[in-house]
Amino acid sequence: MSVTYKPAIHFNHVDFSFGKNQILKGITGSFPEGKITTLVGPSGAGKTTLLKLCNGLLSPAAGEVYIKDRPIEDYEPVELRRMVGIALQSAPMVGGSVYKNLGLPLELQGKSLSKAEAVELLHDVGLEEELLERKVKDLSGGQRQKVSIARTLVNKPEVLLLDEITSSLDRTSLKEIEELIVKINRKYGTTIIWITHNLQQALEIGDFTWVMMDGEVVETGESDLLNDPSNDKVRRFVRGEAG
Amino acid sequence: MSYLTLSITLIFVVIPLLLSKTLKLGLERDTIIATLRSIVQLLAVGYVLKFVFDSESLIYIFLMVALMIVAATHNAQKKGAAIQGITTKVAVTLVFVEVLTQGILLGFNITPATAQYIIPISGMVIGNSMVLSILFLNRFTAEVESHQDETELILSLGGTPKQAIHTQLINSIKASMIPTIESQKTVGLVQLPGMMSGQIIAGADPIQAVQFQLLIMFLLLTTAAVTSVMLGFLSYPTLFNQRMQVMSKNIS
Repeated sequence: MSVTYKPAIHFNHVDFSFGKNQILKGITGSFPEGKITTLVGPSGAGKTTLLKLCNGLLSPAAGEVYIKDRPIEDYEPVELRRMVGIALQSAPMVGGSVYKNLGLPLELQGKSLSKAEAVELLHDVGLEEELLERKVKDLSGGQRQKVSIARTLVNKPEVLLLDEITSSLDRTSLKEIEELIVKINRKYGTTIIWITHNLQQALEIGDFTWVMMDGEVVETGESDLLNDPSNDKVRRFVRGEAG
Repeated sequence: MSYLTLSITLIFVVIPLLLSKTLKLGLERDTIIATLRSIVQLLAVGYVLKFVFDSESLIYIFLMVALMIVAATHNAQKKGAAIQGITTKVAVTLVFVEVLTQGILLGFNITPATAQYIIPISGMVIGNSMVLSILFLNRFTAEVESHQDETELILSLGGTPKQAIHTQLINSIKASMIPTIESQKTVGLVQLPGMMSGQIIAGADPIQAVQFQLLIMFLLLTTAAVTSVMLGFLSYPTLFNQRMQVMSKNIS
Protein backbone atom coordinates (compact mmCIF):
# COMPACT_ATOMS: atom_id res chain seq x y z
CA MET A 1 0.00 0.00 0.00
CA SER A 2 1.26 3.47 -0.83
CA VAL A 3 3.17 5.12 2.01
CA THR A 4 2.05 8.59 0.97
CA TYR A 5 -1.23 8.21 2.88
CA LYS A 6 -1.50 8.99 6.56
CA PRO A 7 -2.75 5.91 8.44
CA ALA A 8 -6.01 6.15 10.35
CA ILE A 9 -5.39 2.69 11.81
CA HIS A 10 -2.14 0.74 11.81
CA PHE A 11 -1.49 -2.89 12.78
CA ASN A 12 1.92 -4.12 13.79
CA HIS A 13 2.34 -7.93 13.90
CA VAL A 14 -1.09 -8.45 15.42
CA ASP A 15 -2.17 -11.92 16.55
CA PHE A 16 -5.56 -12.87 17.94
CA SER A 17 -6.66 -16.19 19.40
CA PHE A 18 -9.95 -17.52 20.67
CA GLY A 19 -9.29 -20.51 22.88
CA LYS A 20 -6.92 -22.74 20.94
CA ASN A 21 -7.89 -21.25 17.58
CA GLN A 22 -5.56 -18.64 16.20
CA ILE A 23 -7.86 -16.30 14.29
CA LEU A 24 -5.32 -13.65 13.19
CA LYS A 25 -1.65 -14.23 12.47
CA GLY A 26 0.94 -11.47 12.24
CA ILE A 27 -1.27 -8.77 10.73
CA THR A 28 0.76 -5.75 9.67
CA GLY A 29 -0.52 -2.83 7.61
CA SER A 30 -2.48 0.41 7.60
CA PHE A 31 -5.90 1.71 6.67
CA PRO A 32 -5.36 5.14 5.04
CA GLU A 33 -7.15 8.13 6.52
CA GLY A 34 -10.12 9.47 4.59
CA LYS A 35 -10.19 6.52 2.17
CA ILE A 36 -12.45 3.53 1.66
CA THR A 37 -10.66 0.24 2.27
CA THR A 38 -12.50 -3.00 1.66
CA LEU A 39 -11.70 -6.29 3.38
CA VAL A 40 -12.42 -9.31 1.24
CA GLY A 41 -11.78 -13.00 1.68
CA PRO A 42 -13.53 -16.27 2.39
CA SER A 43 -15.66 -16.81 5.50
CA GLY A 44 -13.58 -17.53 8.58
CA ALA A 45 -10.62 -15.49 7.31
CA GLY A 46 -10.69 -13.25 10.41
CA LYS A 47 -12.17 -10.10 8.81
CA THR A 48 -14.78 -9.39 11.50
CA THR A 49 -12.21 -10.02 14.24
CA LEU A 50 -9.87 -7.53 12.60
CA LEU A 51 -12.69 -4.98 12.45
CA LYS A 52 -13.52 -5.43 16.14
CA LEU A 53 -9.86 -4.87 17.04
CA CYS A 54 -10.15 -1.41 15.45
CA ASN A 55 -12.64 -0.10 17.99
CA GLY A 56 -11.53 -2.11 20.98
CA LEU A 57 -14.42 -4.56 21.12
CA LEU A 58 -11.54 -7.08 21.13
CA SER A 59 -7.86 -6.73 22.03
CA PRO A 60 -4.95 -8.46 20.28
CA ALA A 61 -3.16 -11.37 21.94
CA ALA A 62 0.12 -9.99 20.58
CA GLY A 63 1.26 -7.00 18.53
CA GLU A 64 0.06 -3.41 18.53
CA VAL A 65 -2.84 -1.48 17.07
CA TYR A 66 -2.43 2.27 16.54
CA ILE A 67 -5.28 4.71 16.01
CA LYS A 68 -4.08 7.98 14.48
CA ASP A 69 -0.50 7.09 15.48
CA ARG A 70 -1.42 6.54 19.15
CA PRO A 71 -1.44 3.06 20.72
CA ILE A 72 -5.05 1.93 21.07
CA GLU A 73 -4.57 1.36 24.82
CA ASP A 74 -4.03 5.12 25.23
CA TYR A 75 -7.68 5.73 24.40
CA GLU A 76 -10.46 5.25 26.91
CA PRO A 77 -12.73 2.51 25.48
CA VAL A 78 -15.76 4.84 25.45
CA GLU A 79 -13.85 7.63 23.68
CA LEU A 80 -12.37 5.15 21.17
CA ARG A 81 -15.73 3.60 20.27
CA ARG A 82 -17.31 7.00 19.66
CA MET A 83 -14.39 7.91 17.41
CA VAL A 84 -14.33 4.55 15.58
CA GLY A 85 -17.95 3.56 14.93
CA ILE A 86 -19.11 0.17 13.71
CA ALA A 87 -22.23 -0.96 11.87
CA LEU A 88 -22.66 -4.63 12.69
CA GLN A 89 -23.73 -7.23 10.14
CA SER A 90 -26.98 -8.12 11.91
CA ALA A 91 -27.86 -4.43 12.46
CA PRO A 92 -28.99 -5.14 16.04
CA MET A 93 -31.63 -2.79 17.44
CA VAL A 94 -32.95 -2.05 20.88
CA GLY A 95 -36.71 -2.58 21.14
CA GLY A 96 -38.95 0.35 20.27
CA SER A 97 -39.04 2.95 17.55
CA VAL A 98 -36.54 4.17 14.98
CA TYR A 99 -36.35 7.43 16.96
CA LYS A 100 -35.40 5.55 20.13
CA ASN A 101 -32.63 3.74 18.24
CA LEU A 102 -31.30 6.91 16.63
CA GLY A 103 -31.24 8.57 20.03
CA LEU A 104 -29.40 5.68 21.70
CA PRO A 105 -25.80 6.95 21.26
CA LEU A 106 -26.70 10.27 22.93
CA GLU A 107 -28.88 8.59 25.56
CA LEU A 108 -25.77 6.63 26.59
CA GLN A 109 -24.08 9.98 27.24
CA GLY A 110 -27.04 11.30 29.22
CA LYS A 111 -28.12 13.58 26.36
CA SER A 112 -31.03 13.44 23.96
CA LEU A 113 -31.47 13.69 20.22
CA SER A 114 -34.03 16.24 19.02
CA LYS A 115 -36.68 15.15 16.55
CA ALA A 116 -35.32 17.66 14.03
CA GLU A 117 -31.84 16.12 14.29
CA ALA A 118 -33.32 12.63 13.95
CA VAL A 119 -35.22 13.64 10.80
CA GLU A 120 -32.05 15.12 9.34
CA LEU A 121 -30.23 11.86 10.02
CA LEU A 122 -33.00 9.91 8.32
CA HIS A 123 -32.75 12.19 5.27
CA ASP A 124 -28.97 11.76 5.27
CA VAL A 125 -29.37 8.01 4.86
CA GLY A 126 -32.20 8.35 2.34
CA LEU A 127 -35.11 7.49 4.63
CA GLU A 128 -38.41 9.30 4.96
CA GLU A 129 -39.46 11.28 8.04
CA GLU A 130 -42.54 9.02 8.50
CA LEU A 131 -40.26 6.21 9.61
CA LEU A 132 -39.25 8.05 12.77
CA GLU A 133 -41.99 6.59 14.97
CA ARG A 134 -42.10 3.20 13.26
CA LYS A 135 -41.24 0.15 15.36
CA VAL A 136 -37.87 -1.28 14.33
CA LYS A 137 -39.38 -4.75 14.02
CA ASP A 138 -41.49 -3.45 11.13
CA LEU A 139 -38.51 -2.24 9.07
CA SER A 140 -37.29 -3.96 5.90
CA GLY A 141 -33.71 -5.29 5.78
CA GLY A 142 -32.51 -2.25 3.82
CA GLN A 143 -34.25 0.25 6.11
CA ARG A 144 -32.82 -1.51 9.14
CA GLN A 145 -29.26 -1.27 7.81
CA LYS A 146 -29.75 2.41 6.97
CA VAL A 147 -31.04 3.11 10.49
CA SER A 148 -28.06 1.20 11.88
CA ILE A 149 -25.66 3.35 9.83
CA ALA A 150 -27.50 6.55 10.76
CA ARG A 151 -27.30 5.58 14.44
CA THR A 152 -23.54 5.01 14.16
CA LEU A 153 -23.19 8.45 12.54
CA VAL A 154 -24.75 10.17 15.58
CA ASN A 155 -21.37 9.92 17.33
CA LYS A 156 -19.76 11.61 14.28
CA PRO A 157 -17.08 8.91 14.00
CA GLU A 158 -13.80 9.66 12.24
CA VAL A 159 -13.60 6.01 11.18
CA LEU A 160 -16.61 3.93 10.16
CA LEU A 161 -16.34 0.14 10.27
CA LEU A 162 -18.89 -1.76 8.18
CA ASP A 163 -19.36 -5.50 8.64
CA GLU A 164 -21.05 -6.98 5.54
CA ILE A 165 -23.88 -4.52 5.78
CA THR A 166 -25.21 -5.26 2.30
CA SER A 167 -24.98 -9.05 2.30
CA SER A 168 -28.70 -9.69 2.73
CA LEU A 169 -30.06 -6.78 0.70
CA ASP A 170 -31.79 -6.61 -2.66
CA ARG A 171 -30.04 -4.86 -5.52
CA THR A 172 -31.84 -1.52 -5.08
CA SER A 173 -31.10 -1.29 -1.37
CA LEU A 174 -27.52 -2.39 -2.00
CA LYS A 175 -26.96 0.41 -4.50
CA GLU A 176 -28.56 2.98 -2.18
CA ILE A 177 -26.28 1.96 0.68
CA GLU A 178 -23.19 2.01 -1.54
CA GLU A 179 -24.07 5.56 -2.61
CA LEU A 180 -24.69 6.52 1.00
CA ILE A 181 -21.30 5.25 2.17
CA VAL A 182 -19.49 7.04 -0.66
CA LYS A 183 -21.43 10.21 0.24
CA ILE A 184 -20.42 9.95 3.91
CA ASN A 185 -16.81 9.42 2.89
CA ARG A 186 -16.77 12.39 0.52
CA LYS A 187 -18.86 14.75 2.68
CA TYR A 188 -17.24 14.19 6.08
CA GLY A 189 -13.87 12.70 5.06
CA THR A 190 -14.75 9.66 7.16
CA THR A 191 -12.33 6.74 6.85
CA ILE A 192 -14.32 3.65 5.83
CA ILE A 193 -13.27 0.06 6.46
CA TRP A 194 -15.79 -2.21 4.76
CA ILE A 195 -16.00 -5.99 4.90
CA THR A 196 -17.72 -7.30 1.80
CA HIS A 197 -18.18 -10.58 -0.02
CA ASN A 198 -19.13 -8.65 -3.13
CA LEU A 199 -15.91 -8.26 -5.15
CA GLN A 200 -17.61 -5.98 -7.67
CA GLN A 201 -18.51 -3.69 -4.79
CA ALA A 202 -14.91 -3.75 -3.54
CA LEU A 203 -13.71 -2.80 -7.02
CA GLU A 204 -16.24 -0.02 -7.57
CA ILE A 205 -16.42 1.56 -4.13
CA GLY A 206 -13.10 0.79 -2.45
CA ASP A 207 -9.98 2.88 -2.89
CA PHE A 208 -7.93 0.07 -1.38
CA THR A 209 -8.43 -3.62 -0.68
CA TRP A 210 -7.05 -6.13 1.79
CA VAL A 211 -7.49 -9.78 0.84
CA MET A 212 -7.53 -12.01 3.91
CA MET A 213 -7.28 -15.80 4.11
CA ASP A 214 -6.86 -18.09 7.12
CA GLY A 215 -6.15 -15.21 9.49
CA GLU A 216 -3.50 -13.61 7.30
CA VAL A 217 -3.43 -10.65 4.94
CA VAL A 218 -2.33 -12.22 1.67
CA GLU A 219 -2.51 -9.22 -0.61
CA THR A 220 -3.12 -5.48 -0.25
CA GLY A 221 -3.17 -2.58 -2.64
CA GLU A 222 -5.44 -0.37 -4.68
CA SER A 223 -8.74 -2.06 -5.34
CA ASP A 224 -7.99 -2.88 -8.96
CA LEU A 225 -5.58 -5.52 -7.70
CA LEU A 226 -8.68 -7.70 -7.69
CA ASN A 227 -8.63 -7.53 -11.51
CA ASP A 228 -5.19 -9.05 -11.62
CA PRO A 229 -4.01 -10.50 -8.29
CA SER A 230 -0.35 -11.48 -8.02
CA ASN A 231 -0.98 -14.17 -5.39
CA ASP A 232 -2.17 -17.57 -6.67
CA LYS A 233 -4.56 -18.15 -3.78
CA VAL A 234 -6.11 -14.71 -4.31
CA ARG A 235 -6.42 -15.36 -8.02
CA ARG A 236 -8.32 -18.59 -7.31
CA PHE A 237 -10.49 -16.80 -4.74
CA VAL A 238 -11.34 -14.00 -7.18
CA ARG A 239 -12.25 -16.56 -9.83
CA GLY A 240 -14.55 -18.17 -7.28
CA GLU A 241 -12.53 -21.35 -6.92
CA ALA A 242 -11.97 -20.82 -3.20
CA GLY A 243 -14.07 -19.72 -0.25
CA MET B 1 -49.21 -36.51 67.54
CA SER B 2 -47.94 -40.01 68.36
CA TYR B 3 -45.59 -41.99 66.10
CA LEU B 4 -48.46 -44.46 65.52
CA THR B 5 -50.69 -41.65 64.24
CA LEU B 6 -47.82 -40.36 62.13
CA SER B 7 -47.31 -43.79 60.59
CA ILE B 8 -50.99 -43.86 59.54
CA THR B 9 -50.33 -40.70 57.53
CA LEU B 10 -48.17 -42.85 55.24
CA ILE B 11 -51.49 -43.56 53.49
CA PHE B 12 -50.79 -40.23 51.77
CA VAL B 13 -47.61 -41.77 50.37
CA VAL B 14 -49.29 -45.00 49.33
CA ILE B 15 -51.87 -43.16 47.18
CA PRO B 16 -49.31 -41.61 44.77
CA LEU B 17 -47.37 -44.89 44.74
CA LEU B 18 -50.49 -46.79 43.63
CA LEU B 19 -51.29 -44.16 41.03
CA SER B 20 -47.74 -44.25 39.70
CA LYS B 21 -47.78 -48.05 39.49
CA THR B 22 -51.21 -48.24 37.86
CA LEU B 23 -50.53 -45.53 35.29
CA LYS B 24 -46.89 -46.63 34.77
CA LEU B 25 -45.59 -43.17 35.66
CA GLY B 26 -42.30 -44.66 36.85
CA LEU B 27 -42.22 -42.41 39.91
CA GLU B 28 -42.34 -45.11 42.60
CA ARG B 29 -38.60 -45.12 43.29
CA ASP B 30 -38.39 -41.31 43.50
CA THR B 31 -41.48 -41.14 45.69
CA ILE B 32 -40.03 -43.69 48.15
CA ILE B 33 -36.64 -41.90 48.19
CA ALA B 34 -38.35 -38.54 48.76
CA THR B 35 -40.42 -39.98 51.61
CA LEU B 36 -37.44 -41.64 53.30
CA ARG B 37 -35.29 -38.53 52.92
CA SER B 38 -37.95 -36.25 54.34
CA ILE B 39 -38.47 -38.58 57.33
CA VAL B 40 -34.75 -38.85 58.08
CA GLN B 41 -33.89 -35.18 57.39
CA LEU B 42 -36.81 -33.69 59.30
CA LEU B 43 -36.46 -36.00 62.30
CA ALA B 44 -32.74 -35.24 62.42
CA VAL B 45 -33.46 -31.51 62.24
CA GLY B 46 -36.12 -31.92 64.93
CA TYR B 47 -33.66 -33.54 67.33
CA VAL B 48 -30.93 -31.01 66.46
CA LEU B 49 -33.35 -28.13 67.04
CA LYS B 50 -34.44 -29.61 70.36
CA PHE B 51 -30.80 -29.83 71.40
CA VAL B 52 -30.05 -26.25 70.27
CA PHE B 53 -33.20 -24.84 71.90
CA ASP B 54 -32.41 -26.60 75.17
CA SER B 55 -28.78 -25.47 75.19
CA GLU B 56 -29.66 -21.81 74.41
CA SER B 57 -26.07 -21.35 73.24
CA LEU B 58 -25.26 -18.61 70.71
CA ILE B 59 -22.52 -20.76 69.20
CA TYR B 60 -25.02 -23.47 68.23
CA ILE B 61 -27.38 -20.89 66.76
CA PHE B 62 -24.51 -19.44 64.75
CA LEU B 63 -23.45 -22.91 63.56
CA MET B 64 -27.01 -23.79 62.50
CA VAL B 65 -27.34 -20.56 60.49
CA ALA B 66 -23.87 -21.05 58.98
CA LEU B 67 -24.82 -24.58 57.92
CA MET B 68 -27.99 -23.27 56.27
CA ILE B 69 -25.97 -20.66 54.35
CA VAL B 70 -23.37 -23.20 53.19
CA ALA B 71 -26.04 -25.63 51.99
CA ALA B 72 -28.04 -22.87 50.25
CA THR B 73 -24.90 -21.44 48.61
CA HIS B 74 -23.89 -24.87 47.34
CA ASN B 75 -27.32 -25.39 45.84
CA ALA B 76 -27.71 -21.94 44.26
CA GLN B 77 -24.22 -21.54 42.76
CA LYS B 78 -24.81 -24.46 40.36
CA LYS B 79 -27.19 -22.31 38.33
CA GLY B 80 -24.61 -19.59 37.86
CA ALA B 81 -21.55 -21.81 37.42
CA ALA B 82 -20.70 -19.87 34.24
CA ILE B 83 -20.22 -16.64 36.19
CA GLN B 84 -16.73 -16.23 37.60
CA GLY B 85 -16.57 -16.43 41.41
CA ILE B 86 -20.29 -17.11 41.74
CA THR B 87 -19.95 -19.17 44.96
CA THR B 88 -18.47 -16.21 46.83
CA LYS B 89 -21.05 -13.83 45.37
CA VAL B 90 -23.97 -16.06 46.44
CA ALA B 91 -22.45 -16.61 49.90
CA VAL B 92 -21.88 -12.87 50.42
CA THR B 93 -25.47 -12.16 49.32
CA LEU B 94 -26.97 -14.76 51.67
CA VAL B 95 -24.87 -13.57 54.63
CA PHE B 96 -25.85 -9.96 53.93
CA VAL B 97 -29.56 -10.81 53.69
CA GLU B 98 -29.40 -12.81 56.94
CA VAL B 99 -27.52 -10.06 58.82
CA LEU B 100 -29.86 -7.36 57.47
CA THR B 101 -33.09 -9.18 58.36
CA GLN B 102 -31.98 -10.45 61.76
CA GLY B 103 -30.42 -7.05 62.46
CA ILE B 104 -33.79 -5.35 61.94
CA LEU B 105 -35.78 -8.03 63.82
CA LEU B 106 -33.48 -8.11 66.83
CA GLY B 107 -32.49 -4.43 66.68
CA PHE B 108 -36.09 -3.26 66.91
CA ASN B 109 -36.99 -5.99 69.40
CA ILE B 110 -39.53 -7.40 66.96
CA THR B 111 -38.53 -10.96 67.83
CA PRO B 112 -36.63 -12.21 70.88
CA ALA B 113 -32.97 -13.21 70.49
CA THR B 114 -33.62 -16.88 71.15
CA ALA B 115 -32.96 -19.97 69.04
CA GLN B 116 -36.70 -20.64 68.85
CA TYR B 117 -37.13 -17.47 66.76
CA ILE B 118 -33.76 -16.95 65.10
CA ILE B 119 -33.41 -20.41 63.56
CA PRO B 120 -36.84 -20.89 61.94
CA ILE B 121 -36.91 -17.30 60.64
CA SER B 122 -33.34 -17.65 59.32
CA GLY B 123 -34.40 -20.88 57.62
CA MET B 124 -37.23 -19.13 55.83
CA VAL B 125 -35.09 -16.11 54.87
CA ILE B 126 -32.10 -18.15 53.64
CA GLY B 127 -34.36 -20.68 51.87
CA ASN B 128 -36.21 -17.90 50.09
CA SER B 129 -32.96 -16.14 49.26
CA MET B 130 -31.62 -19.39 47.78
CA VAL B 131 -34.67 -19.84 45.56
CA LEU B 132 -34.42 -16.18 44.47
CA SER B 133 -30.72 -16.65 43.66
CA ILE B 134 -31.52 -19.68 41.52
CA LEU B 135 -34.35 -17.87 39.70
CA PHE B 136 -32.16 -14.82 39.15
CA LEU B 137 -29.07 -16.69 37.95
CA ASN B 138 -31.12 -18.91 35.67
CA ARG B 139 -32.74 -15.92 34.00
CA PHE B 140 -29.63 -13.73 33.96
CA THR B 141 -27.35 -16.26 32.22
CA ALA B 142 -30.11 -16.91 29.65
CA GLU B 143 -30.69 -13.16 29.10
CA VAL B 144 -26.96 -12.45 28.68
CA GLU B 145 -26.59 -15.22 26.12
CA SER B 146 -29.67 -14.34 24.12
CA HIS B 147 -28.91 -10.59 24.04
CA GLN B 148 -25.23 -10.70 23.11
CA ASP B 149 -25.89 -8.62 19.98
CA GLU B 150 -27.55 -5.87 22.00
CA THR B 151 -24.73 -5.86 24.55
CA GLU B 152 -22.15 -5.56 21.77
CA LEU B 153 -24.20 -2.82 20.09
CA ILE B 154 -24.28 -0.64 23.20
CA LEU B 155 -20.57 -1.15 23.87
CA SER B 156 -19.81 -0.33 20.23
CA LEU B 157 -21.76 2.94 20.49
CA GLY B 158 -19.63 4.01 23.46
CA GLY B 159 -21.82 2.67 26.26
CA THR B 160 -20.40 1.35 29.53
CA PRO B 161 -20.72 -2.30 30.62
CA LYS B 162 -23.44 -1.25 33.07
CA GLN B 163 -25.41 0.38 30.25
CA ALA B 164 -24.78 -2.60 27.97
CA ILE B 165 -26.18 -5.09 30.49
CA HIS B 166 -28.85 -2.86 32.05
CA THR B 167 -31.90 -4.31 30.26
CA GLN B 168 -30.85 -7.91 30.90
CA LEU B 169 -30.11 -7.14 34.54
CA ILE B 170 -33.43 -5.39 35.17
CA ASN B 171 -35.39 -8.11 33.33
CA SER B 172 -33.72 -10.79 35.45
CA ILE B 173 -34.26 -8.95 38.73
CA LYS B 174 -37.94 -8.38 37.91
CA ALA B 175 -38.51 -11.94 36.69
CA SER B 176 -36.99 -13.46 39.81
CA MET B 177 -39.06 -11.24 42.14
CA ILE B 178 -42.41 -11.79 40.44
CA PRO B 179 -43.23 -15.18 42.10
CA THR B 180 -42.72 -13.71 45.60
CA ILE B 181 -44.89 -10.66 44.89
CA GLU B 182 -47.58 -12.61 43.05
CA SER B 183 -47.87 -15.30 45.73
CA GLN B 184 -48.34 -12.57 48.36
CA LYS B 185 -51.20 -11.04 46.37
CA THR B 186 -53.32 -14.18 46.74
CA VAL B 187 -52.22 -15.22 50.20
CA GLY B 188 -55.15 -15.98 52.48
CA LEU B 189 -57.50 -16.19 49.47
CA VAL B 190 -56.02 -19.21 47.73
CA GLN B 191 -53.76 -20.71 50.35
CA LEU B 192 -52.98 -20.40 54.01
CA PRO B 193 -49.23 -20.13 54.45
CA GLY B 194 -47.49 -23.15 55.99
CA MET B 195 -46.15 -21.42 59.05
CA MET B 196 -49.49 -19.83 59.91
CA SER B 197 -51.34 -23.11 59.38
CA GLY B 198 -48.80 -24.87 61.58
CA GLN B 199 -49.27 -22.36 64.39
CA ILE B 200 -53.07 -22.57 64.17
CA ILE B 201 -52.99 -26.39 64.23
CA ALA B 202 -50.64 -26.24 67.21
CA GLY B 203 -53.33 -24.21 69.03
CA ALA B 204 -52.09 -20.64 68.65
CA ASP B 205 -54.48 -17.70 68.42
CA PRO B 206 -55.24 -17.18 64.67
CA ILE B 207 -54.72 -13.41 64.94
CA GLN B 208 -51.34 -13.97 66.56
CA ALA B 209 -50.52 -16.49 63.80
CA VAL B 210 -51.55 -13.96 61.13
CA GLN B 211 -49.36 -11.27 62.70
CA PHE B 212 -46.35 -13.55 62.57
CA GLN B 213 -47.16 -14.58 59.04
CA LEU B 214 -47.34 -10.93 57.97
CA LEU B 215 -43.95 -10.36 59.54
CA ILE B 216 -42.51 -13.27 57.55
CA MET B 217 -44.11 -12.09 54.32
CA PHE B 218 -42.71 -8.58 54.65
CA LEU B 219 -39.37 -10.12 55.46
CA LEU B 220 -39.51 -12.23 52.32
CA LEU B 221 -40.22 -9.15 50.18
CA THR B 222 -37.01 -7.57 51.43
CA THR B 223 -35.18 -10.86 51.01
CA ALA B 224 -36.35 -11.16 47.41
CA ALA B 225 -35.46 -7.61 46.43
CA VAL B 226 -32.08 -7.51 48.19
CA THR B 227 -31.02 -10.96 46.94
CA SER B 228 -31.78 -10.27 43.27
CA VAL B 229 -30.40 -6.73 43.20
CA MET B 230 -27.24 -7.58 45.15
CA LEU B 231 -26.47 -10.74 43.20
CA GLY B 232 -27.11 -8.87 39.96
CA PHE B 233 -24.77 -6.01 40.77
CA LEU B 234 -22.10 -8.41 42.06
CA SER B 235 -22.37 -10.65 38.97
CA TYR B 236 -22.47 -8.34 35.96
CA PRO B 237 -18.97 -6.78 36.28
CA THR B 238 -17.34 -10.21 35.91
CA LEU B 239 -18.80 -10.46 32.40
CA PHE B 240 -16.54 -7.60 31.24
CA ASN B 241 -12.82 -6.83 31.46
CA GLN B 242 -10.99 -3.55 32.14
CA ARG B 243 -11.14 -2.61 28.44
CA MET B 244 -14.97 -2.86 28.58
CA GLN B 245 -14.98 -5.99 26.43
CA VAL B 246 -17.33 -8.94 26.86
CA MET B 247 -15.47 -11.85 28.46
CA SER B 248 -17.06 -14.63 26.39
CA LYS B 249 -15.53 -17.37 28.53
CA ASN B 250 -17.38 -16.02 31.55
CA ILE B 251 -20.84 -16.37 30.07
CA SER B 252 -20.83 -19.61 28.13
